[in-house]
Amino acid sequence: MASDRSGQWRHAAEALVIPIGALAAAMAVFGVFMAALGQNPLEIYALIYKGAFASAFSWQNTLSRAAPLILTALCVALPAQAGLMVIGGEGAVVLGGLTAAIVGHLLSGAAPAGVKVAMALLGMLVGGLWIALAGALRQYRGVNETISSLLLTYVAVALFNHVVEGPLRDPSSLNKPSTANIGDVNMIGNLPGLDIHWGLGFGIVFCIAMHVLVRDTTYGFALTACVLGGAAAGLAGAVEVAAVHGSANASLIAGYGYAGILVAFIARQNPLAIVPVAVLVGGLSASGGMLQRRLDLPDATVLVLQGIAFMLILGSEALYGRLKPFRARAA
Amino acid sequence: MVELGWWGVPIGVVGGAIRVSTPFLFVSLGECITERSERINLGLEGILIMGAMSGYAVSYTSGNPWLGVLAAGGAGLLLGLLHGLACNLPRVNDIAVGIGLMLFGTGLAFFLGKPYVQPKAPTLPAIPLGAWSNSPQIRAALQVNPLFLIGVGLAIGLAWAFRNTRWGLVIRMVGDSSDAARAMGYAVPRVRTLSTALGGFLAGVGGSFLSLYYPGSWSEGLSSGQGLMAVALVIFARWNPIQCFYAALLFGGAGALGPALQSVGITSGYYLFNAAPYVVTLGIMIATCSPRRTLAGAPGELSINR
Repeated sequence: MASDRSGQWRHAAEALVIPIGALAAAMAVFGVFMAALGQNPLEIYALIYKGAFASAFSWQNTLSRAAPLILTALCVALPAQAGLMVIGGEGAVVLGGLTAAIVGHLLSGAAPAGVKVAMALLGMLVGGLWIALAGALRQYRGVNETISSLLLTYVAVALFNHVVEGPLRDPSSLNKPSTANIGDVNMIGNLPGLDIHWGLGFGIVFCIAMHVLVRDTTYGFALTACVLGGAAAGLAGAVEVAAVHGSANASLIAGYGYAGILVAFIARQNPLAIVPVAVLVGGLSASGGMLQRRLDLPDATVLVLQGIAFMLILGSEALYGRLKPFRARAA
Repeated sequence: MVELGWWGVPIGVVGGAIRVSTPFLFVSLGECITERSERINLGLEGILIMGAMSGYAVSYTSGNPWLGVLAAGGAGLLLGLLHGLACNLPRVNDIAVGIGLMLFGTGLAFFLGKPYVQPKAPTLPAIPLGAWSNSPQIRAALQVNPLFLIGVGLAIGLAWAFRNTRWGLVIRMVGDSSDAARAMGYAVPRVRTLSTALGGFLAGVGGSFLSLYYPGSWSEGLSSGQGLMAVALVIFARWNPIQCFYAALLFGGAGALGPALQSVGITSGYYLFNAAPYVVTLGIMIATCSPRRTLAGAPGELSINR
């Protein structure tokens, strides 16, 4: 029916305009905040653009940061589609990365192709099981999954530190405790023709697959959603180890899980919308270094902008169905 | 000088429980007020960090740590108010706003607190309740901060106020049945906003304890989820301020286990013992929650009972 079609368009336009408006408002509030501290907001906007999207190098930086965000955002969005609010993706990232580092180390000498597959799959498995734990506690014991998933993150970080500083510590890593390197042959490398690692490709494929899954199948209990989301976050950790760091160390605990929450909320828990939003947020964090170098601002500057954006995005929920142009005409 | 040997572990845990529990106590009492009015504020984690930062900064600039405590409470009040007002908007979910506030408060504290990482601010004094003993461990364990005692008094006062004062009853009514409160002519959103703001004030004070007493300095890794654990702690304490106190002691003791064992030479599982408070929290939640019934003592409208 024609009126249904126009209603759909109106919804889509609303879901696009409101978040973009909220982001623009966040930029404005952030500008006022920076101006109050004696900075020139226009200069900051220009630097953010420059650091995030102005050159091939900055695009490469942006997309490399977007890759784990796509996957960790799925860890929020998929359970959210099933009505659960899981915010423990960081724990799955950390354990997925640790698993990949251990697997890569134990299998060193085996055929590199097999090692790579094993690292990715086992990282996903561990991440999936970790988040499934929060889902299962909700399902069978009624434990609030938001709190339990976050507590599990702290447990995951403690486990990670225990392994990295203790049994599996590479004795040659003095200042920065790390596990043994997985070896250059086992690194998964970059997308063909680009300076961006495979995580971006995995993330986009994962998002499309999940979009189809959510839209076209009835498959998916809350617990399945947790497993898939956790697997995505675990993969993010595995890729960080197997494509960037080469071993498990503190660089893995970089807050990707938390930034992924922001991405998922801006994308309104829609798997396809996650990709562009992750690029945007990845660009923001890529520009942090530029702000630090050029204006001598603390590296937390980007966190402030992200926090403001998050609050305004959540507040903008109140606008849905209330803006005149998007309202269906009364029949 | 008495050699304590293995007795050092329980004494260390008790001392640690007193020392470490204070932020838990304040944050959980704050969350208790908020949840009694039906809202959940997960942003207390961000408020705690913001309180730690502003308390330290004000103590450093003014030279008076108690002014810092007050400033921390003020910062918490503002952020709590922000949460309360945002949740008054239609369709806005309090859990999601809490996550947002957690990221916002943390980011803002790291940003504004950058210049205060190095300098040394005056910290809060301690009351040496262990002066009678000639054992240094016992003395160290019984160094009690005035904020701890204030917190204990507050817990008792709150328990009394919930039962016996007009405000206490209004907060409880708003949380148990907003229809009844509305019928009585109370502005439900306003009560909830004020309860969240008050909860934020207490969480901010709890944060100032971290930076002004123990560990006693400001850095970005200062808080390790105390604000979030407090939310779980309130559930465990069944929304009862007195039980919040016991639960805070238990959590503090769990957190002190690792360092206490380290002091007698057990270092192998140090990082694993760091997980103790979280595992204890999880264990308690698993033991006390049930998918089939709502928890005894839970405010009737609280969404955690879904």
